Amino acid sequence: MNAIVISAIWGVVMMFSGIFSKNNAVIRGTAVTGLALLIVVNCLELDGTSLFKVNVHGLLYFNSFSLLFNTIAFGSTLLFTLLSGRDMERVGRSTPDYFALIFFILCGVSISSSFNSLLMLFLGIEIMSIPLYILTGTDKRNLKSNEASLKYFLMGSFSTGLMLMGIALIYGAKGGFGLDVIRFGTTELTPMISAGLLLLLVSMSFKVSAAPFHFWTPDVYDGAPTVFTSFMATVIKAAGFIAFLRLFDDAFGDLHPKWQLIVAVVTAATLVIGNITAVFQQSVKRMLAYSSIAQAGFMMFALVALNETGKQGLLFYTAAYSVATIGVFAVLIKMKDYTFEGFNGLAKRQPVLAATTAVFLLSLAGIPGTAGFMAKFYMLTAAVSNGHVLWLVIVGILCAAISVYYYFRVIQAMYFKDGEAQVAEVSGTFKFLLVVMAAIVVLLGIFPQWLLDKLYFFLI
Amino acid sequence: MNIEYYIVLSIALFCIGIAGVLTRRNAIIIFMCIELMLNAVNLLLVAFSKMHHLKGVAANPNAGIEGQLFVFFIMVVAAAEVSVGLAIIVMMYRNTHSVDVNFLNRLKH
Repeated sequence: MNAIVISAIWGVVMMFSGIFSKNNAVIRGTAVTGLALLIVVNCLELDGTSLFKVNVHGLLYFNSFSLLFNTIAFGSTLLFTLLSGRDMERVGRSTPDYFALIFFILCGVSISSSFNSLLMLFLGIEIMSIPLYILTGTDKRNLKSNEASLKYFLMGSFSTGLMLMGIALIYGAKGGFGLDVIRFGTTELTPMISAGLLLLLVSMSFKVSAAPFHFWTPDVYDGAPTVFTSFMATVIKAAGFIAFLRLFDDAFGDLHPKWQLIVAVVTAATLVIGNITAVFQQSVKRMLAYSSIAQAGFMMFALVALNETGKQGLLFYTAAYSVATIGVFAVLIKMKDYTFEGFNGLAKRQPVLAATTAVFLLSLAGIPGTAGFMAKFYMLTAAVSNGHVLWLVIVGILCAAISVYYYFRVIQAMYFKDGEAQVAEVSGTFKFLLVVMAAIVVLLGIFPQWLLDKLYFFLI
Repeated sequence: MNIEYYIVLSIALFCIGIAGVLTRRNAIIIFMCIELMLNAVNLLLVAFSKMHHLKGVAANPNAGIEGQLFVFFIMVVAAAEVSVGLAIIVMMYRNTHSVDVNFLNRLKH
């Protein structure tokens, strides 16, 4: 609760910081302070101490799952701001406004991870999306950015329309918006409930870019300024998945056998389409967009399995995926040329950048010893212990094998090809942060219980 | 009146909206069709709200009120979306002098 209020207030503070200071370092410092404050407050709330209490009349529901996810999201945003805050200034002149929008998005993220009513789901998703439409179009003179933001806006509001229709139909059938009201006594699929369920499934698939509703993702991720693509592909996508999981677990959990097959087919399609198309890309930025679709396929496993392992695995997956992707994007922003050839010979020029990028890519590919491996391991375990979807596990493993090809193409370009990789100036702090993130990725891969025990601890 | 009439009317409006989004090429018309979809939902929510009210009014005089509350939230969010969306369309018009979404093919390789 505290995080929602503070992030909204801090967004306004960021808007005013532009009036009182023209110094970008001050603005960035304010943003970092706000994020640190959010993390501290959220950790305190995980421990059971709230700064203030607000009566939410059952519209929101906070448990360790949502609070831990919020902490992960704020932590990733903090890493993102520290790494790429300077590059944000290069996109346009209104840096304080970008930070303000990011704080409003974080407010939406915390609402959509802790909703207990479809009203709050709708508001959370919208608070998250509307600032993002603006961030996508911040590069105002660039036609690609314009195009991406218009496309994202049209697709986003279209899927919102579908979601609202789904909510309205479910309201008609059950007479309330609370997740407990919807769950109570819903064991049979009446026409109205099945139509509403299907519309909600389609609109949430749009939001998390699951196939066949993924077609906007590559264009939008490619056209948006690279700094904001990094944020979009990590925090927003993860929050979408948490909302997806909470909705289908808490409201439609009893109908699970009835919708499991549809979700499993969507998952398989997402995995296959994401991985196969990523192989053919020439630009690393576009490859990462398709790889984010492929990773979304793995995150869908939690939804298919819908058990305790899957839920914890999803939390772990969001952490592992966010850290690795933010790292790769931070390096990508520094490159002059976004094609695979642009990375040729990076290892000789910038050994630290090349080594850390290699660690992040290994984690995304799921090589043992990195966080990505443990994340995929949890997801597959969840699906196996569910027992009904063994074919999906096989598809998942095959697709993980395909993904190794395109991630290793970058590593091969960096280490085994000669060339003059053009890199912008990088500071010592930037390198240090990259090393810290690579260390996080490796440590989480070796000791995954550090994150997950936290969850168990608070559940007991 | 029967609730079925309202359901059919709003589903029809909603489908007109979807068909418009999928077939029209003018960004502003697409946008209007999205608004039509949202308003179809508003109509349906109000109808359901009345239905639940009549069903539960004996036990609870406020029965079915949350449906109407939701409508206000949809209106507010739609207004916010309109302001952002029109700004994006104006920004694109400045660069391309057109609001045709067929322009949106530069990103495809």
